[in-house]
Amino acid sequence: MTRPEVQSLSIGTVLFALAACLPFLSDAYLLSIGVTIAMYTVLATSWALFSGPTHYISLATAAFFGLGAYTTALGIEHLPYWLLLPIAGVLGAVLAALVGLATLRLSGVYFVIFTLGLAELVRQIITWGQNMSGTKGLYVLTAITEEHIYWQLTALAALVFLTGWLIARSRLGFAVRILGDDEEVARHVGIHTARVKVLLFMVPGAVAAITGAMLAPRYVYIEPAIAFTPMLSFQVVIMALLGGTGRLWGPIVGVIPFTFLWEAISGTFPNQTTLLLGLAFLAIVYLLPNGFTGLLEAARSRLKGAPA
Amino acid sequence: MTPVLSLRGATKRFGGLVAVDDLDFDVAEHDVVGLIGPNGSGKSTTLNLISGALQPTAGSIALNGSEIAGLPAQDIARRGIARTFQLVRPLASMTVLENVKAGAVFGHRRRWGRDAEAQAMRMLEKVGLSRRAQAPMGSLTYIDSKRVELARTLAGEPKVLLLDEWLAGLNPTELEQGIALIRSLRDEGRTIIIVEHVMDAIRSLCGRCVVMSSGAKIAEGTTEAVLSDPEVIRAYLGTDDA
Ligand SMILES: Nc1ncnc2c1ncn2[C@@H]1O[C@H](COP(=O)(O)OP(=O)(O)OP(=O)(O)O)[C@@H](O)[C@H]1O
Ligand SMILES: [Mg+2]
Repeated sequence: MTRPEVQSLSIGTVLFALAACLPFLSDAYLLSIGVTIAMYTVLATSWALFSGPTHYISLATAAFFGLGAYTTALGIEHLPYWLLLPIAGVLGAVLAALVGLATLRLSGVYFVIFTLGLAELVRQIITWGQNMSGTKGLYVLTAITEEHIYWQLTALAALVFLTGWLIARSRLGFAVRILGDDEEVARHVGIHTARVKVLLFMVPGAVAAITGAMLAPRYVYIEPAIAFTPMLSFQVVIMALLGGTGRLWGPIVGVIPFTFLWEAISGTFPNQTTLLLGLAFLAIVYLLPNGFTGLLEAARSRLKGAPA
Repeated sequence: MTPVLSLRGATKRFGGLVAVDDLDFDVAEHDVVGLIGPNGSGKSTTLNLISGALQPTAGSIALNGSEIAGLPAQDIARRGIARTFQLVRPLASMTVLENVKAGAVFGHRRRWGRDAEAQAMRMLEKVGLSRRAQAPMGSLTYIDSKRVELARTLAGEPKVLLLDEWLAGLNPTELEQGIALIRSLRDEGRTIIIVEHVMDAIRSLCGRCVVMSSGAKIAEGTTEAVLSDPEVIRAYLGTDDA
């Protein structure tokens, strides 16, 4: 490993160790915000691993998240909780692979619409299944506390960062950068572009499903409208774009301010959240196309005297 | 001896237009073949069929005797055909070295890590750009970005190189350097198909030429013979008048 690599690894480790100490402050409000931030960090960072370089905007986060939440809700009676997390991950990865195989040869527009429809489709299937069996929702009763959920999410976030760091140093990471620049060139240098996209899309699929599985105990009562809310998909996109997808740590720079902003907004205007989310989206796309990290990079190269 | 590349009845239709019409020709190892013809005669489309950018409507294309017609571009690249594009296609977000490394990592002969980097550096030296290795791609001049693209195709050690008007748009000095560069590739014994409008380049580089007009082959033979063929002259003058 080179020196900057060792440096960034050590800084990352220290930051995660610090983040893991949050529950010791024993402040319930801070802890609850912490869970939200950890959850969106995991979701937005893994989302950006795929959507950043490929420019395919995925709105499937809610589909994977809901799948994971239902894995816990349905499985908790039969299997130990710790086994449910990897199962959710595998299910999420498989669903992502299927979606990827079906859509990633198509252009980006079809992909956006298909992924948005996917969450709705899975939700309808589950609603239908529940109607057939006569239940409405499911109770998830465990001894898992908010602290446990926070630590699990923090560990998952560390895993996501490590995965992203390893991908960036792998042939897969190089391939996806090339195809993000020019897919035609990628194919002509010998890259199996469809395979690369499907493989990479499995990462956010698996991660979002595991996140859903981890959060199910927090909801206690799970029904399709909660588990598959499309708002989740949109919020993840907004946060990732706000932070910037050009860097591994970019999305988290969007997650933290947006979570606080969103707390304030949804407290003050509880009935206009969808509208405000839409406005936030437009504002980011128009004003900050490369996110906060893009701004930082531009400022840094201006300081160095190089053209931005 | 079987030819390295061999086209038989290669055909491409775009709706009613036959862009490549029942084309036959062979390329032997170490041969540098010129593919020439007036604008719109189907030269780029032919390269697109060979490289897998487009699927042929009919016909066969064989590389060292095995069929490649209709394979996806990435499979054809791995089997050993590399190309440049008529409109140069740099990887804009990357450095010069990374552009070339792309060919070294995923091409016909695959490398990784230091090995790939060393190979990319060697190719940059060959095209005279090793001093710009760390420069961002966007900072290069037109000819330099063409050089990078050439280095990228060379980096995977392809068996056949397809150059689509690689010399177009260069000024006289650059043209001379460009011709010298391709000549050095020829002298290394590479197998190349050159699509080109610059006749001086064709004369000095290609032993043999295939001439196309309206998608069909109208002449084939030594460069000397082909360029003095009355039908070839008529095909060129015909479009010039139009
Ligand atoms: N993708 C496409 N769809 C429809 N028509 C096409 C397509 N590509 C090429 N053509 C048509 O096929 C014919 C041959 O084009 P091609 O680009 O192969 O010519 P060329 O010999 O390379 O010409 P030039 O010297 O101008 O580059 C032209 O009439 C062109 O308009
Ligand atoms: Mg052409």
